[in-house]
Amino acid sequence: MDNLLLMMAPLFSSKLLLVLLFGTLFGLILGVLPGLGPTTGGALILPFTMTLDPLSAIVLLTSIYCAGTYGGAITAVLINTPGTPAAAATCLDGYPLAQKGEAGRALGMATVSSTVGGIFSVVILVFFAPILAKLAYEFGQPEYFALAIFGLTMLASIGEGSPIKNLIAAAFGILISTIGKDFMTSIDRFTYGINELSVGIGFIPVVVGLFAISEMLTQSTLLHQVFKRVALKAVKLPSKEDYKKTWKTILRSSGIGSFIGVLPAEGGTVASLIGYSEAKRFSKNPEEFGKGSIEGIAGAEAANNAATGGAMVPTLALGIPGSATTAVILTGLIIHGVRPGPDLFREQPDFLYGIFGAMLIANILFFIFGFFGAKIFARITLVPNKILWPMIFTVSVCGTYSLSQSILDVWIMLFFGVLGFFMRRFGFSVVPVIIGLILGELVEGTLRQSLVIFDGNWLMFFTRPIVVTFFILSFIALIFPLLKKKK
Amino acid sequence: MNNVRNKKRANKSLPFFFKDEFKVFSVIIIVSTILLISTFTFDTVPPILNRGIQPATFPKGLLVLIIALTSLIYYLSFKKPWKKEKELPKNFFLTLLSFIFFIIISKTLDFFLAISVLSVFVSYNWGEKRFFYLLLVGIIFPFIVFVFFEMILGLRFPPGIITNLYYY
Repeated sequence: MDNLLLMMAPLFSSKLLLVLLFGTLFGLILGVLPGLGPTTGGALILPFTMTLDPLSAIVLLTSIYCAGTYGGAITAVLINTPGTPAAAATCLDGYPLAQKGEAGRALGMATVSSTVGGIFSVVILVFFAPILAKLAYEFGQPEYFALAIFGLTMLASIGEGSPIKNLIAAAFGILISTIGKDFMTSIDRFTYGINELSVGIGFIPVVVGLFAISEMLTQSTLLHQVFKRVALKAVKLPSKEDYKKTWKTILRSSGIGSFIGVLPAEGGTVASLIGYSEAKRFSKNPEEFGKGSIEGIAGAEAANNAATGGAMVPTLALGIPGSATTAVILTGLIIHGVRPGPDLFREQPDFLYGIFGAMLIANILFFIFGFFGAKIFARITLVPNKILWPMIFTVSVCGTYSLSQSILDVWIMLFFGVLGFFMRRFGFSVVPVIIGLILGELVEGTLRQSLVIFDGNWLMFFTRPIVVTFFILSFIALIFPLLKKKK
Repeated sequence: MNNVRNKKRANKSLPFFFKDEFKVFSVIIIVSTILLISTFTFDTVPPILNRGIQPATFPKGLLVLIIALTSLIYYLSFKKPWKKEKELPKNFFLTLLSFIFFIIISKTLDFFLAISVLSVFVSYNWGEKRFFYLLLVGIIFPFIVFVFFEMILGLRFPPGIITNLYYY
């Protein structure tokens, strides 16, 4: 009961409500704009959160996350271009339905299923995050090391694209985290005499570079692309018949999305693809999929929004991000002096339940904004790239500079922008780099501390049941794509 | 489908050193090898202070893993060649060039001048010829962002010929 009251706290604070309203609106705008999204937006707004208290800052980031994930559906339905990667599966049926003159119906279903998926995942978060946090009390350094390895192998296995390329990208991300002074011995690594590098490479320059700047370069190759925009009169709530047809799909996809979200991967993107294919598998009319099936929209949208709450579970309970956006939220927590993990649940329940409540309210808010404002948000896509992207560049540069007030960070951002462009061009996902970078210190730190505990004996890892379990799961995660291919 | 097949065939017919997979493989291997060699120059801690492993061991392990996995994807590309990517358009190279201008101007003249030059350059090359919009992306918007960051976050931007005018 106390926890329920704590969850309602944002409703009684005018400041938090304002932050939520702003975050939801901003998230929707980011979601609608192809190429931008909650990850880039969260990274860009991170410096501004320094003017807020920790709870308001995280509420802002989480509301951007929830609304941004939904916002991608608007563009997917109306211009056949996913606003965010998580909305890619929504295009498959959303746009054909819109072409049949039913854009309002398609967006209505996307809005309802996103909201249900989002709320479902918050319920999962409220119940499972504390349980996972309690379990984490059993974890020592070796268990955390094994867990981080499991997370990275899962990321490689179920993430977008080739598992081997994902592993390379994750290893590269971890390698970046080793730049600077070694935290145990203070010995410089990969600094090459550059003083600024001894503190390491910041997370924000890498994220903004890999997401925003690389996207700017991608947009420079797509200037002649013409979008066919479908007109939208108004968003329509689904009819009784639509509800009858889709309620099972929405619930199933919500469950799938929440589960996939918990695993460290591209959260919503993978969840929506699995949610969509499962909706097709269970459908009585699978032949309608790809031609404007309402179940297809429901399956994809419920799953991608359900992944938001799921991804927050390991982020808050273990300090291991479930997606690229939660990696940004994790950075926000660290910047504001909040240490995620089991102690957070014991010491700051008001903070945690405030976040849970804010996510719940953000889901309701984007339902209202989406339902009444989709037509206005859709207009944002009319801003031409030749004006939009130079502006995004300006904000990216200033935002990146502002965190450490270092011009080197801006150059690092540009470097990662170019690198990210080529990575994507050759089929390497950039998300594992982000997750690898944020988990790097945890992986190396726990490995080295474990070896201290074990007196340098590597075999001692295999004497601990939880570690062995995670290693077996990691092995299964690695061979899973091979088995799938053989099938 | 046919297009993809044709693209794959086109890639297959190229000499190996022109193929994307070889270029990617070479770049990763060369960079990783250089980094791996540089790890041998890291300081070491005496055994009495060394708790667990030496500071260079972990990055060495990562680099060996990257080299091994890259070799594996290159080997696999013989069985399943990558599809050939489209040629990059002129605008891409111009945008890339603007980044170089940005670095040079921000280092030598002024941070905000660099932002303005890049914004106008990119916007113009991407097809914006209307003066007001170039003014908007090149001067009005950067000025708003500058003042916003300066006032809300209390940031001090690096000195330069234009920034100094604002500060003094």
